[in-house]
Amino acid sequence: MDDLITAILNGSRRAVARLITYVSDESPQVAPALMALYPHTGKAWVIGVTGAPGTGKSSLVNGIAKAYRAQNLLVGIIAVDPTSPFTGGAILGDRIRMRDLSGDSGVFIRSMATRGSLGGLARTTRDAIRVLDAAGFDIILVETVGAGQSEVDIVRTAHTTLVVEAPGLGDEVQAIKAGILEIADVLVVNKADRPGAQKTVSALRMMLDIGHPASRTRMTAHHGQLVAIENTHTHTDEPMWIPPVIQTVATDEKGIAELIGAIQQHREFIQAGNLSVALERQRIEIELHERLREALIQRLLQTTPPDYFMGIIDQIQQRQLDPQNAVTAILANYEQMISS
Amino acid sequence: MKKNIRILIAKPGLDGHDRGAKVIARALRDAGFEVIYTGLRQTPEMIAEAALQEDVDIVGLSILSGAHMVLVPKIREVMNANELNDVPIILGGIIPDEDKPALELMGVKGIFGPGTNTELIVSKIHAIVADESDLLV
Repeated sequence: MDDLITAILNGSRRAVARLITYVSDESPQVAPALMALYPHTGKAWVIGVTGAPGTGKSSLVNGIAKAYRAQNLLVGIIAVDPTSPFTGGAILGDRIRMRDLSGDSGVFIRSMATRGSLGGLARTTRDAIRVLDAAGFDIILVETVGAGQSEVDIVRTAHTTLVVEAPGLGDEVQAIKAGILEIADVLVVNKADRPGAQKTVSALRMMLDIGHPASRTRMTAHHGQLVAIENTHTHTDEPMWIPPVIQTVATDEKGIAELIGAIQQHREFIQAGNLSVALERQRIEIELHERLREALIQRLLQTTPPDYFMGIIDQIQQRQLDPQNAVTAILANYEQMISS
Repeated sequence: MKKNIRILIAKPGLDGHDRGAKVIARALRDAGFEVIYTGLRQTPEMIAEAALQEDVDIVGLSILSGAHMVLVPKIREVMNANELNDVPIILGGIIPDEDKPALELMGVKGIFGPGTNTELIVSKIHAIVADESDLLV
């Protein structure tokens, strides 16, 4: 494992690929490797790309990566596609739209399957990002699964989140619904050469006008959830980020320069003042909560005998016990088991 | 048995018939594999690069153009040059019987013609991947 870490820090692509496999498989030997790499992370700018299936996320990632390569920056890409809940298999097809990037040793593309995670990313995507970060990639693009309205993990992971829309996917009411549109730092209307693009842009602008800017600068982490901070002083001069709406035609590389400009402005906004420090603390707190939750339930399930657990399920099914009181009973049983 | 088998399904060369590759990709997905599907007209360099970055356990090539005796050795050579000697190749498509011994000598671990039962392909892949990981231990 030490050799692997040295190789990663020296930029070995094979080593990066192998460690991401260990990370995805949640192998036990990963923990010391991540510890060793962690001090080398925190340098990359992580850009999340999310949006409904078919809006052109992969083509957009292809275009963005090319633009950063023209600036001589090293680009890592993590593309997430869904795992079948029935078979555990997956088709990872995002590379098809990224063939322009092949043959460029300054780009590293890795496909990940969600493996049961529901928030739009795999549970291990954060650690895969860290491997690329430690290996020296300047920009890391993370493409989520085709997301609907609530797969918002990406906002807890990326520094700048792009939400990609396409013309003809919904009316103005879609635009004011809660969820994915609220998490955008930059809104992208891709396929802007199609009919209805202007209408989509107007609907998004209207959403931005009638709501307060959906800025995470006013959010705080509270028990692992993002919660809006009460605005105590209404006449504040504090700068606010209002997500720009950028039109692109990814397959023709139209609008990519403007998009890169908008990402850069967002980055400068975040990095001015103490905002990036505060946002990082927020991400760390949320991640800790998520990992703790995961670890606690693992430990609980390991300690609880399967027969006992099955018995509880029987009782719930026979209407002898309701799910909430079942949880109380399981926890009481667990506490008794660990104290004895 | 390895839990999450990752396989690259690629179509090298110039023929545009990807139905077979898609049927196989879908069957492997249903068998619980993670299938990295790269689409048509992949060069040997693109295949080796994808195999490396995706750290796949095995590479499946679909060739219907008749160019397998040129493409397969070239792909093997580029993969080996990228330290992917331990990643086995399997082959699907139209492969005449008389070419099979030579392809096997080049290290092709399985050749599956039209009409092959997908369950057979799945069990063969499991066996090949298990063999390889035995060699690594």
